[in-house]
Amino acid sequence: MAQATVLETPDLTLDGLLATSVGRALLSCIQCGTCAGTCPYGEVMRNTPRRLIGLLREGFIEEALTSDDLLACVTCYDCWAKCPRGLRLTDVLLPVVKEQVLLRLPQLPAELQGALANTLRYGNPMGESPRKRGAWVESAPTAVPLLRDLGRPVDVLWIVECYASYYPRGQDNARATARVLAALDVDFAILGAEEKCAGECVRLAGEKGLFDTLREQNVATFGKYQFGSLLTSDPHAFDAFAFVYPFLGFDRPVAHTTPFVADRLAALRPRLTRELGYRVTYHDSCVLGRHNHVHDEPRRLLGALPGVSLVEMTHNRDNTICCGGGGGGMWLDTFYKAKGFSRLSDRRVEEAVATGADVLAVSCPYEVPRFEDSLKVLGYDDRMVVRDVMELVSEALAD
Amino acid sequence: MKILVLMKMVPDIVEELEVAADGRSLDREFLRLIVNERDEYALEQALVLKDRLQATVTVVAPEAPEVDDVLFTALAKGADRVVKVSGIDVTAGARATASALAATLPDIDGALPADLVLGGCQAIDDLDGFVAPLLARALGLPYLGLVSRVAIDPGGGSAQVLKEYAGGVMGRFEITLPALLGIQGCEKPPRYVPIAKVRAAMASGIIETVAATAGPAMPALAVTSMAKPEAAGHAEMLEGSARDVAAKLADILAARGLL
Repeated sequence: MAQATVLETPDLTLDGLLATSVGRALLSCIQCGTCAGTCPYGEVMRNTPRRLIGLLREGFIEEALTSDDLLACVTCYDCWAKCPRGLRLTDVLLPVVKEQVLLRLPQLPAELQGALANTLRYGNPMGESPRKRGAWVESAPTAVPLLRDLGRPVDVLWIVECYASYYPRGQDNARATARVLAALDVDFAILGAEEKCAGECVRLAGEKGLFDTLREQNVATFGKYQFGSLLTSDPHAFDAFAFVYPFLGFDRPVAHTTPFVADRLAALRPRLTRELGYRVTYHDSCVLGRHNHVHDEPRRLLGALPGVSLVEMTHNRDNTICCGGGGGGMWLDTFYKAKGFSRLSDRRVEEAVATGADVLAVSCPYEVPRFEDSLKVLGYDDRMVVRDVMELVSEALAD
Repeated sequence: MKILVLMKMVPDIVEELEVAADGRSLDREFLRLIVNERDEYALEQALVLKDRLQATVTVVAPEAPEVDDVLFTALAKGADRVVKVSGIDVTAGARATASALAATLPDIDGALPADLVLGGCQAIDDLDGFVAPLLARALGLPYLGLVSRVAIDPGGGSAQVLKEYAGGVMGRFEITLPALLGIQGCEKPPRYVPIAKVRAAMASGIIETVAATAGPAMPALAVTSMAKPEAAGHAEMLEGSARDVAAKLADILAARGLL
């Protein structure tokens, strides 16, 4: 089973790829095509990882880099997980190639360009006010302290991240998480307006310069405070802090909220008394699930909620189907639509509805808007709702 | 061919604007500045022409918070030279700004004469779009505003320009160069430049800084008070079934003589 590891060469460029052992390993590709076969956009992508390696290995560099083809890579880690040679496709090869593709594109898709420009200027892809990043706290059911106001070290610095901070349905996740953390007596605080996007999706979209800028700003902010560990609601931010920031000098323990709460289930269980009466199917996210193999923890949490029965989709755990939001895909829906690609979240929702469940549970804030949109577009919004695991835990929690 | 692009910073309204304690100005404590959107199109138009004509592009901008980021980004996008002018108060009004620019531009070594001077046709703090035409008059250049397309004659002596009018009407003009154009749009949106290139420009690029030359004093309006607009009324929401709402809507339109 492929294991996520700290990136030992995050400053990698395509030019320097073969100077590294990870890069040289790519030369050992056996051109089996498993990557192309497993890629969710394999049928519309001309330069699949297999073909890309073939082109680069034979010196057809410009041919590989002057196509907008790789914008269809949503960094789902499927090729990475299934490559029989264990090649670092999703986290190493594809970002360095995408960086060169972006440099050569005459015009970036407008939606992606807007998201990248917003992330640089405002620290979030939606272009929302940085000062209002912590505004959701006013509607939180419990006190959510700002680390700046506390004036003392905390055990846990909670990185809420962009979609849980700003997106209205994402804020439901943030409010629920605050309630659960309070129930667990966790000593936590947030950064509020000082928090910025961790940058993992822009890195995997090929915007390494933007990632570097965000990382420098975030590390400078973290350096102002004392805290024991990081906690984040966003699997993408988890990956950034766990696997990319450490090489670059910031190495602190980090957890995602779902396994963090699952590890403390014994303390929570006596208070999980409210009967929910839901039939739930859980969607394993690409990053938390396939990349980090966090499969049991969300199911353990859901299984502990009164009146919840779990039912599995055909594709689950490491074999999950991508929602289409990673690696910049979140901001490329209009581009894919114009190209005539199917929407990956539609495929996933079809499978979820087929289980007969009435709740689609998720652990990644990208998935709430993606799946809710698909439920509406496909006409299933009267029979299924999307809920973050934290929302369900909070709902089952007695006052 | 030499192209001079004028850019300036304006209040970014992503944050709510607040009135300062004096009741006459914006509270600048939390105010962030962003480059004027029309000026970004002016730069894009210049870079499009540079790609076609091998022109040189010089960008001039009054000093302001965050303007360095804008100028380094312009270098990363392909501008040949960027100049920051200190000592221009862009809040002093359109006439004062135009006067200061007109006095300063000739003192920037090599900036003038330019074959083409491009600026934004308006700004959030200059909605009437006065700065560019006033500057053109002071520099003795012909001016055309609300321009959305520029093509240069092979000889470089004139330009074909599209100017937008109300109701979707476009006017095609031929203008003798040198000229100053107030840019509204371009044939393509402003290009994205990967941040690695901007960071490289920050590491090795140079922003020239020059002091403004004082121009003739201009009359200016004094702001006597500033306040947020108060809501005078609210929209009426029509409630009920689709049939009820349609009937109410038809009544309202009929009562106003619109049916």
